[in-house]
Amino acid sequence: MIRFIVRRLLQMVGVVLILSLLVFLWLRSLPGGTVSAMLGERATPERRAALEKALGLDQPIWVQYWEFLKRALTGQFGSSTGVQPGTDAFQVFLTRFPATIELAFFALVIAVALGIPLGYLAARRRGSIFDNLSIVGSLIGIAVPVFFLAFLLKYWFAIKLHWLPVSGRQDPDINATRVTGFFVLDGLLTREYDASWDAIKHLILPSLALATIPFAVIFRITRASVLEVLDEDYVRTAESKGLTNKVIRGRHVLRNALLPVVTTIGLQTGGLLVGAVLTERVFSYAGLGEALAIAFERRDYAVLQVCILMAAVTFVIVNLLVDIAYAVIDPRVRTR
Amino acid sequence: MPNPLNPNSKKDRIDSLAATAGDRHRSGDHAQPGGGVAVATVDDAGHVEESTGVSLLASAWRRLRRNPVFLLGLAITTIFVIVAIFAPWLAPHDPAKGLLITEVRQQTNPIPAARPGFPLGADNAGRDIFSRLIVGSRQTLVVGVMATLFGFLGGLTLGTLAGALGGWVDSLVMRIVDVMLSIPSLLLAFSIAAIAARPSQWTVIIAIAVVQVPVFARLLRGSMLAQRASDHVLAARALGVKRSAIVFRHMLPNAMGPVIVQATLVVATSIIDAAALSFLGLGNPDDRQPEWGQMLGAAQRFIYDYPALAIWPALCIIVVALGFTLMGESLREALDPKSRR
Repeated sequence: MIRFIVRRLLQMVGVVLILSLLVFLWLRSLPGGTVSAMLGERATPERRAALEKALGLDQPIWVQYWEFLKRALTGQFGSSTGVQPGTDAFQVFLTRFPATIELAFFALVIAVALGIPLGYLAARRRGSIFDNLSIVGSLIGIAVPVFFLAFLLKYWFAIKLHWLPVSGRQDPDINATRVTGFFVLDGLLTREYDASWDAIKHLILPSLALATIPFAVIFRITRASVLEVLDEDYVRTAESKGLTNKVIRGRHVLRNALLPVVTTIGLQTGGLLVGAVLTERVFSYAGLGEALAIAFERRDYAVLQVCILMAAVTFVIVNLLVDIAYAVIDPRVRTR
Repeated sequence: MPNPLNPNSKKDRIDSLAATAGDRHRSGDHAQPGGGVAVATVDDAGHVEESTGVSLLASAWRRLRRNPVFLLGLAITTIFVIVAIFAPWLAPHDPAKGLLITEVRQQTNPIPAARPGFPLGADNAGRDIFSRLIVGSRQTLVVGVMATLFGFLGGLTLGTLAGALGGWVDSLVMRIVDVMLSIPSLLLAFSIAAIAARPSQWTVIIAIAVVQVPVFARLLRGSMLAQRASDHVLAARALGVKRSAIVFRHMLPNAMGPVIVQATLVVATSIIDAAALSFLGLGNPDDRQPEWGQMLGAAQRFIYDYPALAIWPALCIIVVALGFTLMGESLREALDPKSRR
């Protein structure tokens, strides 16, 4: 087990190194190069030369990459130019990251709470109208552009019906104390329950929009996996032993069928990060995704490199944790 | 060998799809009553070269033609392609001409309403939306097909190299592919699109296609490996067939099944991804040739006052993406005897 983890950790370091190289090369290939990217197209030649020297752009490329790595490891990416002008880009990332985690967590909870029971029921009633309807429903969920769904939800429930807030993370009138940066948790910790409730109301619509794709995936995996397990010999054995339906379903079917589902849940992070770029933009939700969307629009390369690098690193780390969790649950994986 | 219990990570999903290429011989055990799959494998032994692609499609078709899900998907995509081909003759107006521009009032009435001859009204430049939707099917089809084609060609090159040569080429290619798969896919597409100094339809297509390269590469390599271990390749090798001929005439055509499935699904995601790029302002700014994703992206400015402007292109995207997805998913099931529904 330890050897498995060490091997995966070493692999991860390699992947992150190549990722940093890709981001470095990407930054150099941006229109006009790094200097134009940081100063804008209209910078004077003197300022350009000074910045080139300051950034070490007159050095050979491998020296530049080494410098880039050193700066990346210490979190020095320069100041934001478009998202929060003047603020340090890494600081922008740090303040916005909890918001996205909060949103992604809510979306995952919705996706799991709907996906697993529906997937299980669809598998039990295979071929029924309910089964076919939920399959088509999950396929439609994949076919709808996430940001369009976000617009629809916002239009109906916030603008037309006024049930829920239109945008943002918190009503500006609420003067909440900040402890962790997770607004719902903050309210619980400081006993400002109205602040928590307000933050939850702000989370409902964006997390519903964000939940569609993970829901569709979790639903389908659960259904396929339950179908697979229902056919296993040990389920037939359990039935012929005369075990009650409750025991068979809970202990033999569901527990085994949920193994792959558990890992799927972890693996949705990539999709959630991308979905967050689109949903957070629609709801002006001040998270990592909105920062990325604005940074793409306004070409804020300092924020872009931090966020892309950190998003990819987060994705890789979550994948690693999922692999380890899976190896713990299912010993057969370790020998792969 | 992919872990059959864990078909959920991106890599494992690709691998289990790839494994269906090698499983074709086993499909005889699971064949539906009346399906001639087992007979086809006997045929294969006789004349491997000519029966390869045909028998694959024929056996799949036998299972698919009674599948309502597949037929619905097929109907949607066929209508879509026909409309795209004949679009200029079907559209009642010129999609680029601001025919109702006199009706547009910047402050009071930016979007002309529907009227006789203009069933869906016009956009903020006075152009007929109905015509733009019809003609837009063309560019949408181009984006979906071209992005898939480029992604496929890139993946084909890498995957064939890795699968056919093996050894260090294989390791090197697959490491690169794995790193590319470790970046959330649409984020990679956004980043690539941002490199373009002048965004156009082609930068959108390239950005979406690059993301698909590692998927196709891993898929093809997996199917090629499954093929390499199969009996008909062994037979060809025993007969002294040249290595290149084995790769291109025996392994590649048989490895195509999973690739066709993936390609069908990728057309759908490409069309949706193009809309996402437009939404973030990374799409094609030139809207004389309309495209649904671009229309949807542009409509966001007016979405709260004139939601119909966004709803029509979005509906078109949803229906077409659904059509390709239904087709792809039922193809996958038809080709994979292990999956049931």
